This record gives sequence, C-alpha cells and structure tokens, in this order.
Amino acid sequence: MQEYKNNWARFCGEVLILAALFTLVQYLITAGLLDQYYQINLTSMFINIILAVSLNLINGFTGQLSLGHAGFMAVGAYTSVILTQMLGQPFIVGLIVACMVSALAGFIIGVPTLRLKGDYLAIATLAFGEIIRVILQNIDYVNGPAGILGITKMTTWPWLFGATILTIVVIVNLINSSYGRAIISVREDEVASELMGVNTTTYKVLAFVFGAMFAGLAGALYAHFFYIIKPETFNFLKSFDILVMVVLGGLGSTTGAIIAAVFITALTAALQAFPAIRMILYALILIIVMIFRPQGLMGNKELSRQTFGKIWSGRK
Amino acid sequence: MLEFIQQMINGLSLGAIYALIALGYTMVYGIIKLINFAHGDIMMVGAFVGYFSLTLFGTNIIVAMVFSMVVCAVLGVLIEKIAYRPLRNSTRIAALITAIGVSLFLEYATIFILGPAQKVFPEAAFKIKAYNIAGLSILNKDVFVIISAVVLMLILQYIIKWTKTGKAMRAVSLDMEAAVLMGISVDKTISITFAIGSALAAAAGVMYGVYYSTVNPLMGIIPGLKAFVAAVLGGIGIIPGAMAGGFIMGLLETMVSGYGNSLYRDAVAFGVLILILLIKPTGLFGKDSGEKV
Repeated sequence: MQEYKNNWARFCGEVLILAALFTLVQYLITAGLLDQYYQINLTSMFINIILAVSLNLINGFTGQLSLGHAGFMAVGAYTSVILTQMLGQPFIVGLIVACMVSALAGFIIGVPTLRLKGDYLAIATLAFGEIIRVILQNIDYVNGPAGILGITKMTTWPWLFGATILTIVVIVNLINSSYGRAIISVREDEVASELMGVNTTTYKVLAFVFGAMFAGLAGALYAHFFYIIKPETFNFLKSFDILVMVVLGGLGSTTGAIIAAVFITALTAALQAFPAIRMILYALILIIVMIFRPQGLMGNKELSRQTFGKIWSGRK
Repeated sequence: MLEFIQQMINGLSLGAIYALIALGYTMVYGIIKLINFAHGDIMMVGAFVGYFSLTLFGTNIIVAMVFSMVVCAVLGVLIEKIAYRPLRNSTRIAALITAIGVSLFLEYATIFILGPAQKVFPEAAFKIKAYNIAGLSILNKDVFVIISAVVLMLILQYIIKWTKTGKAMRAVSLDMEAAVLMGISVDKTISITFAIGSALAAAAGVMYGVYYSTVNPLMGIIPGLKAFVAAVLGGIGIIPGAMAGGFIMGLLETMVSGYGNSLYRDAVAFGVLILILLIKPTGLFGKDSGEKV
C-alpha cells in the first residue's frame, strides 16, 4: 500500500515537472522570447530524442545493431507529407498513418533480416535503409532526388512535446513490461533465452517494429517543420548520427539516450559553421567511447530521482 | 552482341577494382572477424596519395601506385594498432562501431585538410587511347586496370600460398589460439594482413582515379560498400571468393546501367547483398558450418 502511494506521488510529481516544462517553453514561444534559431534547435533536439530513444530500443535493449534508422524516418516523412500536402488530410492523420506505414516497413524488413546476427544484421539494415532512399529517388510522384518543397509548417511545440513524451512513455513501459524482460533476455544471451521458452524472433521483430514506428513519427515531425524533404537527407550518415547518440548515452539506457541526444544537438548547433570538425568529433566520440567505455557513458543505468537521492545522501 | 562484349570489358575493369578492395575486407574479416568499415576510406586516401604523387612530384602512374600502396600499408597498420587492437577481446558490435568511427574520421579529416571539392586526376599522367579491335573500342585504361589488378592478385596468391607469412596468416585465421601455441606472433600477422589489405585498397584507389578521372574525400563510401557486398557474395573470409565476387559485382553493375536504369545501380548492389544474406549467408564459395553454442 505504501509503495502504491509512493508510485502515485512519483507519477504526480513527474506530470507536474513535465507540465511546467511544457508551459515554460510555450510561454517563451508565444511571448516571442525564443527566436527562430532557438526554435529550430529545440525542434531538432526533440526529434533527435525520439530517434535516439527508439533506436536505443533496437540497438541497446534488444542488442540488434541496426544501421537503417534513417530509412524508417524517410518512410514516415514521405508518408505524412503525401497525406497532408497531396491528399489534404489533417496533421494528426498524417502522423498516425506515418507511424503505421513505418511500423509496417519495419515489420517487412525485420522479419527476414532479424534471422541474421551481429555484423551481418548491421549491414543488411544499412542496405535496406539505402534501398529505401534509392527507391524514393526514383519515384516521380514525390519529385525523385529533388524532394518535396514548401511543406506547410505544422509541427508546433505541443505536437513536438506530446510526441516525445508519448515515445518515451511507450518505450519505457514496454521495457518494464514482461515483453521488455524478454527483449532484454535476448540481448543478454540469445541461446539461453530461447532455451527458457522465449520466442526470440518474435521479440526481436517486436522491438524492431516499435523502433521503426517512432522513427517514422520523428520523420513526420521533421518534414512538417523544415519545409523540405529529399531522399539525400535520410542517407546512412543520418543513421550514423543517431547511432552516435545511442552509443554515447549508453546502449540500454533511455535517460542516457535522451541526455546524449540533447548534448549532440547542442554540439551540432555550436559547430554549425564547421561541419568537418563536427564529424571528426563524432568519429572520435565513437572510437574513444568504444575503446574506454564500450557500454556507453551511462551503461545500462538510468538516471532517476533515486540516483539524485543517492548522490544527495552520499551513499553509493 | 558487340555492345554486350563492350559492356563486359567495362564491367571487368570496374570488377577488378571492386575485387581488389574486396580482398582487403575478406582478409581482415577472415583473421579478426571485423567488418573494416574504414576500408573504402583507405582506398580514398590511396587515391589522394596517388593524386599528389602525380601532381606534386610528377611521378609516372606506376610509381604513384607503389608509393600510395606503401603509405596506405602504414596507415592500415596504424589504424589497427590504435583503434582495433584495444578492442580485440570485446564484442564484435563494439569493434564494428569503432570501425564506423574510423571511417568517418578518415573522410572528414580529409575534408578538413583538403576541402570537400573533388580534384581532377591529371590527364597527362595517363593519356587515354582507344584501340579498335574487331569493331570493339578497347581503352588503354581498361587494359591498365585489368592487368595491374591481375598482377596484384597473383602476387597476393603467391604470398598467401607459398610464403611463411602467408602460412601464418592462414593459421591465425583458422584458429588464433592454436596459432599462438605454435609460436606464431598473432599481433605481427594481423598487422601484416592490414598492411597487405590496405595496400591493395590503395592500388584500387589509384585505379579508380585513373578510371573515373576525379577523386574526392567521400569517394570511398560507395565503392567500399559495393566491395563489401562482393566479399560477402563470394563468401567472406575466402580469398578466391572475393575476387570472383568483385568481378560479378562489376559486371552486374555495368549491365544494369547499360541495359536498365542507371539510377538503380546502387540499389542493385544492396539487393544482391540482401538476397545473398537471406539465401546463402556463407556466400558462393562458403561452406556451411554449424553454429557452436
């Protein structure tokens, strides 16, 4: 009973903090205190959080290295734009259908490729991501390599914030459910979990489909903020960008992924004028983190109130 | 029919370049089970070293090729020592992510130093001539690429089959622990493997420069990926497989751009990769071995 009460209090606290954050930013935007530059970076930051958290579900929690996340982002972006711009549907329909189509793409790609292991899987997902891009380049309906210009800006702060919170809540709850336990057991030891009766393929596909779905959501939000989408935006370098966030934050730590996404977006914004240096830094982050701390900065630990509590009371 | 043979010749020279890059992938994978993502970028560095050797020092093309092979051999050994050796006992995923990091580093360090613009390979170093034989026009660059690739492959075969180093390489790739017990220096053997693989990639880079007459810092990515597909197609870890895979990929690609839609050229390579992985992951020349638990 006591625990139940604590949970309830914790939940209310979290909702309050989030509501405060939401209202603060909303106030700053409506009061015009947040100029275009900060709004762009804020949007990229939240889109990156969605991407990093969803890729972390596949790479970190399930332990299946996927290098095709940008491909699913492209599917979501194009689906939503076709719906809102060409078929005149409202934004919410665009978002939901984008999620569904990306999830379907994740399923179609996941079922055959997830039989592969480790580096073979990485290469196969990379190949699928690139195939999605090449196909988009060859479809005249979406203007091929030139991409779609002049997309109406529909991604506002409430949409962005809501989508990010939804992503985090769904993925955290998935991880904490019995499905999540099964997913983590696949990462820890695939053979052992199979012996314990876990249908490893099902759980791998499940994680893959959820990851792809939220990547599609991020793509749809991206498309309706930046006016233009073209296939080249979603090449494998974009997938590597997301991978850098997941690796830096810790493979298997949602809070780690969020922190890394925020940090990397800030770094990108700070180094906007020097793109080569930014990529060199990314490269060094990948190499140095893998050599000295292969589990990522956070490992599989989560940052929570308890962590702060422990630091506060000086216990370890 | 004539057009078909013409396409075959183009495909063979492109295939020779892929085969040389694929050899490096396959040798490294065979010995430390790592997909060396940076291999395509070593080829890019090789192409640039060749370019500077031609423009700054005014050497001829053969000297430029040998020079860039030496430079890249050293680079390959350094990369292995600095980035891959500390990870030899960690997971393969960690090593793969590091390889992606090394790849990005080589690309963007080159952009940082030389700028992102592409550079035109000096034409004077290699005058393009066409020979007309029985209605076919055979360019001397095709002849150059195919002959030098075949010579390099023969040298490689000699090293692997007939020298002590080659024997050590085969032993380490078969069973690393047993090789250590037999008194083989594993570190040295792995270094030599990286040196040979990188040198072959450098030669391929110079050939690529001659063949397409431009070089740029991101040129290694796509040929690198295609060469990797070639290595998987032939059976990764198997040297004749990489050669065959490279030639098949080259032929397939020229046929698709010649007779189909050239925009789908890159998708074909990836499609082949996925088909191979799904149908016969061990590759054309590979033998199925049961999974050990």
